[in-house]
Amino acid sequence: MRQLLSGNEATAIGAIKAGIRFFAGYPITPSTEIAEYMARELPKIGGVFIQMEDEIASINAVIGASASGMKAMTATSGPGFSLMQEGIGYACMAEIPCLIVNVQRGGPATGLPTKPSQSDVMQTRWGTHGDHPIVVFYPYNVLESFYLTVKAINTAYFLRVPVILLTDEIIAHMREAVELPEEVEIYQPKRKKKSPEEFLYYSEETIYDSEVAYFGEGYRIHISGLTHREDGFPTNKPEVIKRKLDRLKRKIEDNKEKLWDLEYQDIGAEVCLISYGISARTALEAKYIFEKEEKRALGYIRLKTIWPFPDKPLRALLKSAKKVIVVEMNQGQLINEIERAISPEIEIIGVQRYDGEIITPEEILAVI
Amino acid sequence: MKEEIKNYLRLDERFPHILCPGCGIGTIANILIRTFNELNLDKNNICLVSGIGCSSRIPGYIDCDTFHTLHGRAIPCAIGVKLARPYLKVIIIGGDGDILAIGLSHFIHAARRNIDLTVIIVNNYNYGMTGGQVSPTTPKGKFTYTTPYGNLEEEFNIYEISKSAGAIFFARSTTYHVTHLKKVLKKALTKKGFSVVEILSQCPTLYGRLNRLGDAVKMLEEFKNRTIDISLIKEPGEIPSDKIIIGILLDREREEYCEKYERLRKAINEKRD
Ligand SMILES: Cc1ncc(C[n+]2csc(CCOP(=O)(O)OP(=O)(O)O)c2C)c(N)n1
Ligand code: SF4
Repeated sequence: MRQLLSGNEATAIGAIKAGIRFFAGYPITPSTEIAEYMARELPKIGGVFIQMEDEIASINAVIGASASGMKAMTATSGPGFSLMQEGIGYACMAEIPCLIVNVQRGGPATGLPTKPSQSDVMQTRWGTHGDHPIVVFYPYNVLESFYLTVKAINTAYFLRVPVILLTDEIIAHMREAVELPEEVEIYQPKRKKKSPEEFLYYSEETIYDSEVAYFGEGYRIHISGLTHREDGFPTNKPEVIKRKLDRLKRKIEDNKEKLWDLEYQDIGAEVCLISYGISARTALEAKYIFEKEEKRALGYIRLKTIWPFPDKPLRALLKSAKKVIVVEMNQGQLINEIERAISPEIEIIGVQRYDGEIITPEEILAVI
Repeated sequence: MKEEIKNYLRLDERFPHILCPGCGIGTIANILIRTFNELNLDKNNICLVSGIGCSSRIPGYIDCDTFHTLHGRAIPCAIGVKLARPYLKVIIIGGDGDILAIGLSHFIHAARRNIDLTVIIVNNYNYGMTGGQVSPTTPKGKFTYTTPYGNLEEEFNIYEISKSAGAIFFARSTTYHVTHLKKVLKKALTKKGFSVVEILSQCPTLYGRLNRLGDAVKMLEEFKNRTIDISLIKEPGEIPSDKIIIGILLDREREEYCEKYERLRKAINEKRD
């Protein structure tokens, strides 16, 4: 069935299809439609929606529900995402899977509530304190908002990590005709084979795709945000601390090839555009105009996975490129990461806009 | 110690505990598991949730599901647990800083919602874990490391906050009144809704020393001498102002949140059928 949906609706539908049954959140433009959809739909299917007193409470309630076996998520925007950072770090350390959707708006502070921006790219990576890896997916249309939400949830539960879906105000509010599948593939955490006496919540036998116990199952687990041992209890032993942090790193290092997701066209061309989200749509438009006028190809790469940063595939794709143009709606965030990843021989230029307006194809064509 | 009480402890390598000699928190842990035992609670159905602080270390020693969350965030985490697994007995333990400073808004909103949670507030009049700073319950004029000239601020009355926010039960006890403490904990744990137990507890290492209150025994004697049980008060006017009232100060009924949510889910589905 073809239907006309907004990006936020597609995300909400994808989340429920992927098994989300708990949503805690706090209203904030431009993410609120996701909460409203959940408030309406979750009680119909045995789920729970709760509007909390703030975003700090929201992320913590999500963590509590997920640790109790209900797949859980929240959705927010810049100011709320900032408030959630400590909780996101807790989810990393305690290995509690969950989905956090950040529909970006302009910042800092209250910023531009109703205007688009892509300025939280680095915050998703380093927003919470401490060494930790993170997984961030970034859709560029309504249909992909659905599919990347499903992928984000499956990834969170497979790796036992918080996963962030980073989206744009325009895509969140824009309606497109899409055809969604009835069912999607859902990752289910492994059933426990060990008895409560043998079971270790943070067992070093597996780093991901692990057997997991939830609160209320008679396993009497201890979940903690203190740096801990396999049984969850705190430690000050240097070798145990290092093992724990390496474990968090390896969850993503070991799986990054699977997590990386890029779309590309004409990568043999001398000049290549790199972008993500709404800006990638402008980049694609610029490519078509350029090719029609110049009668030669323009390369195009779109990142669907922002973190872990796809350095290796980018290097491979840009082997013959002479010039790269990075298009993003901020003062230059991912461009630094791209510069670090690719050969220093390649000239790199940014097309950046941060005035609440979308980048136009003309602005890109002007620098080619 | 009786075998059936030991059953509620993680006796492997978790002991000895990290608390200072003479600290009241150990007494509270002891009375808590005795309460579990007397209520015959199945340890597989208890989830103890705490934030960060000396008091928040209690769950780590108790053999049930235990959830050591961020500073101040035990209540929202517990709400997530309770909504996902309504059959669990979910109990929050924390210090006066954890629950009434950084976590206060969660406390009053959970009371307003009347979610079936029991919150045990260990009131030791200061921040223990971080080394003796002022807290929202430090009395005016008292000394801590961040009020070296005496506290300028008024302290919170936890009972008044609980009552006006919508809690259905509030009791106050102390680490001196252990039998009394067990009695009020038992009552709190059998209520369906948001119940609060404030326990006055001695921190001899910091608050006691900074205010020259003597050792743990002296501090316990003070709890004995300065308190009066509400059941002994005939006329409200007759309580001397330096006395602290203990006992059950609030006990009422109100429909609980999880039950309301379940009723809502049923109603929506019946309408659809
Ligand atoms: C966000 C945050 N701020 C500050 C701290 C430091 N901190 C740890 S425990 C604590 C207060 C402890 O006092 P209280 O909650 O009264 O518990 P007690 O140790 O007295 O039992 C503070 C401020 C922290 N862990 N996290
Ligand atoms: S610092 Fe105070 S509250 Fe903390 S363990 Fe020592 S005596 Fe107890």
